[in-house]
Amino acid sequence: MNLLGYLLNPASWSGSGAIPRLLLQHLGYTASAVLLAAAIAVPAGILVGHTGQRSRLVTALSTGARAIPSLGLLFLAVMLLGTGTANIVVVLAVLAVPPILTRVAAGVSGADREAVGAARAMGMTDLQVLTKVQWPLALPLVVSGLRSATLQVVATATVAAFASGGGLGRLIADGQQQDDYPQMLAGAVLVAGLAVVAHLALSALGWWAARRARPRSTPAAALAFAPA
Amino acid sequence: MNLDWDWLRGNAGEIGLLLGQHAVLAVVPVLAAVLIALPLGLAVLRAGRAGSVILAVLGVVHSIPALALLVALPLLLGTRMLDRLNVAVALTVYSVAVLVCSVADGLRSVPESVRESASAAGFGPFRRLLRVEVPLAMPVLFAGLRVVTVSNIALVSVAALVGSGALGQLIERGYRSQFLTPLVVGLVLSVALALLADAVLLLLQRGTLPWTRARRA
Repeated sequence: MNLLGYLLNPASWSGSGAIPRLLLQHLGYTASAVLLAAAIAVPAGILVGHTGQRSRLVTALSTGARAIPSLGLLFLAVMLLGTGTANIVVVLAVLAVPPILTRVAAGVSGADREAVGAARAMGMTDLQVLTKVQWPLALPLVVSGLRSATLQVVATATVAAFASGGGLGRLIADGQQQDDYPQMLAGAVLVAGLAVVAHLALSALGWWAARRARPRSTPAAALAFAPA
Repeated sequence: MNLDWDWLRGNAGEIGLLLGQHAVLAVVPVLAAVLIALPLGLAVLRAGRAGSVILAVLGVVHSIPALALLVALPLLLGTRMLDRLNVAVALTVYSVAVLVCSVADGLRSVPESVRESASAAGFGPFRRLLRVEVPLAMPVLFAGLRVVTVSNIALVSVAALVGSGALGQLIERGYRSQFLTPLVVGLVLSVALALLADAVLLLLQRGTLPWTRARRA
């Protein structure tokens, strides 16, 4: 049995269940879920971080969210609400909110107190302090939150194939059903590749943000690429 | 959402068994990972540039989705996909990736002045590490331990899709037969187990590191 047979077979790359289409579906799920989550979590995180209120609640939320098995939440939602892309995207977005929210809040509230004090002393308004000081300083953590959320969504979107969703997880689910290990392996390799590319791209973005936030102290590049 | 309590009573024995299995499957990798991460984290700190490379490699490994790792691991380990060893190894890998960072961060957080004082007080390098630096790094290490324990418990379930996933089997079976009760039982017990483990670790930290109790801003 040729293990990479499925992945390297040209027939796997064309047609309706083909790899490019599944990849696009996977990217579609990921992009829409992360954007939806960010639209909610970034403003909420800024509010919490800037006012310093409800930060305990946010910490508890992050532990609580980590405790939820994504498989269970996904299957429960599909069973109660029905299959369909919209339902899957909403579940993925729900799982992506906590990592973004906690890190945006931590980034904004953790901005250098002296910098914030200096900005106020210069006569900046509250909004100016937020947009010109706290937000740029928070950006590396914001990107790190987006990276965690993206990886979480890429992984859970794979699981969604077992709840009649699309995406690259289809290869794993179908391969298992057909007792076709090379097809499963093709799915695993492609999903892993997608996740690693996303990780490296967002880590590079985080490194760039960190260098912009603190140009004097050159942050070690490796720290930006460490496990989140 | 109506639960079938008769099913619950009839299957209590099996549910208990899966709960125990779930706990073992999630916690044993954490213990294994601590043993690996302590020396590796120390090495990352001491090795300078090579240490940064180790961290970056761990970052890449950590980003691989669990389902992909579970499908690919039998090839590397020579196991069968149903083997519990796959799940244990996958979870150990993720735990090591996170804990190495915690160990390195924790040791890095020990102030230079403290290290120098310890040396001046006559601590040799090894005794200083064991008696001064590691205890001071423990709060950061405990934070990492809580993260990996909670995520491991949540992650075990995914393994039910391609192998043996303890409580995940209830979730998967419930979905496949469109029977809500096992799905909800698996989900709720998994969350409860994770929160319980988190609370136990927090108590353990307060008990063993009394000086961290006061540090609450």
